[in-house]
Amino acid sequence: MTDRFNAVPRQEDGTGIIDLVGVLDGDAAVALTEAYAAAAPDAERILLNFEPMTFMNSSGIALVVEMLARARVEGLAVHATGLSAHYRHIFEITRLSDFMTIHDDMASAVA
Amino acid sequence: MTTWTQTLRRRISRRTAEDSAHAEPGGHQPGDADVVPVEIDPNDPILTYLQSVPGPVELDTLELDSPAVRDLRAAGVALVVPLISSGELIGTLNLGPRLSEQGYSTDDRRLLDSLAAQAAPALRVAQLVREQEAEARERQKIEQELQVAQLIQQHFLPTTLPQPPGWSIEAHYRPARAVGGDFYDVVERPDGRIAFAVGDVTDKGVPAAMVMAATRSLLRSAGREDLSPGGVLAQVNDLLHGDIPSRMFVTCLYGILDPRTGELRFANAGHNLPFLQTGGGADELRATGMPLGLMPGMSYVEVEHVLKPGQLLLLHSDGVTEAHAPDREMFGTPRLHDLVAIRADERGGMLASVLAELERFTGLGWEQEDDITLLSLRWESEAAASTLAERTFPSQPGIEREAMAWVAEAVVASDLEPARAENLKTAVAEAVMNAVEHGNGGDETLPVEVRVEQRPDELVVAITDRGGGRTIPITETPDIDAKLRGDQTPRGWGLFLIQSLVDAVRESSDESRHTVELVLHTDGGEPT
Repeated sequence: MTDRFNAVPRQEDGTGIIDLVGVLDGDAAVALTEAYAAAAPDAERILLNFEPMTFMNSSGIALVVEMLARARVEGLAVHATGLSAHYRHIFEITRLSDFMTIHDDMASAVA
Repeated sequence: MTTWTQTLRRRISRRTAEDSAHAEPGGHQPGDADVVPVEIDPNDPILTYLQSVPGPVELDTLELDSPAVRDLRAAGVALVVPLISSGELIGTLNLGPRLSEQGYSTDDRRLLDSLAAQAAPALRVAQLVREQEAEARERQKIEQELQVAQLIQQHFLPTTLPQPPGWSIEAHYRPARAVGGDFYDVVERPDGRIAFAVGDVTDKGVPAAMVMAATRSLLRSAGREDLSPGGVLAQVNDLLHGDIPSRMFVTCLYGILDPRTGELRFANAGHNLPFLQTGGGADELRATGMPLGLMPGMSYVEVEHVLKPGQLLLLHSDGVTEAHAPDREMFGTPRLHDLVAIRADERGGMLASVLAELERFTGLGWEQEDDITLLSLRWESEAAASTLAERTFPSQPGIEREAMAWVAEAVVASDLEPARAENLKTAVAEAVMNAVEHGNGGDETLPVEVRVEQRPDELVVAITDRGGGRTIPITETPDIDAKLRGDQTPRGWGLFLIQSLVDAVRESSDESRHTVELVLHTDGGEPT
């Protein structure tokens, strides 16, 4: 499949934002790790933007869990925005939503 | 019934006025009483003697070879006044020597006699009240035990029964007042087949309920091990033997039915035989075996039968066939057989009809002697499955998204709610990914077949790979806390997602192929 994953890190007022673009599956591991490494050092918190994500499977969930575990060790809170109703449901049944603050949109996430 | 109180007590003042002058604070005061119990053997001759004498008896002058007389004297009793009520000795009034150290006068005796005549009926009333209180306590204890037994039993009976498309599965259970040890169970297995059991524990009350609960759990556990019915019974028999109290055993009929083909396989551990309602009557399906828990190492013969649409299988407990009419005639197996046969051409209502006949036979006000359990499995009609779409995918990485999009297209006409359609898509992607990676081991030359079927009341996506002979492990909810602590791998979400996102997951496999069916109920089921 050609729908490559891309994780784009950027900073905004102490928030390390990672835009998750495309398919978040097992192949996204390297890109996601690199994006986190770039976003985390100067950030007070991490914001994952799922808005540009087109698909996520159980391997993608595992990558999010892995990142969440790392951020907890480093004392960084993880926020999320841009989740569709379906993925928000998945975040609830997997209890990921218990460990990250979920915002309805980017404006409220960076406010 | 009169209870002879063996313990008589005497109340004797031992203190004189002179003593009281020297009494320490907190010590005995004049008129204080000591209570010394005196045991009287129910066969002691004094009891017959007291029953026959007209009034108070002076112990000093009494010549009777009686241990009780010796004990009473030793306890300081001088005079015994029999208390007689309705001609029965119900107690005695025991007195020590008079404080004046003179003997009891005739007036004293007359006074005591008249006191005894009035005290005896009052004492008798008090005794009766006590007896009734004791009986009430005993009744309450029995009621509590019954409630415990009923609670245990109800907890271990299924609250809902699986209803495979085209089938009607019904059960009726009515406990007797004393609660026997009947049970039944119906479970849909991961491969879509139906495992069912009806059993009866000998004995009643709490012990039977405990054994029933254990047996039901062992049957469920053995049923998960993909054993045949005979294997399930043999395993449960071995596990029960040794643990079950002696003289207790369990009869049980255990079967597995494939609702798609009507194939039935069952084995029997000494339970009542099931009836198969056929077009023209009813057959008793015969299978024999030792009840569970009696002897270890038993094997159980398996019987096979293929049911046809329109046929019904009826299982029952002996509470039905051994019910009695007011004239002590027994309901009996032939009567049940005839009832099943007569209703062969009618559809539905078999349990209601058996219960109505039982009620007519036993009459009004019948005190049910034993638990009654009935279980019927009726193939109403052949489930018509229509294949909506069918396609084979290569085992390539990322193919799950292609399969997911294709399934989404195939189910458009099914008019699923958007949230349910999204859930199905994710479940399909996970199942196809499993088929590629685990079933086909990533071998791109091996196909993954995906079939979308509309069956009565359910939409099914069947995903088949070439990994025959494997089964999906039982999925536990992943422990995200442990994963975040680093105590568990962050992976392991796939099966959990599949099971959470569709209404049912079934799997079946033969030597070369393995199929997972993702099921969405289409009869008004709530979105998952």
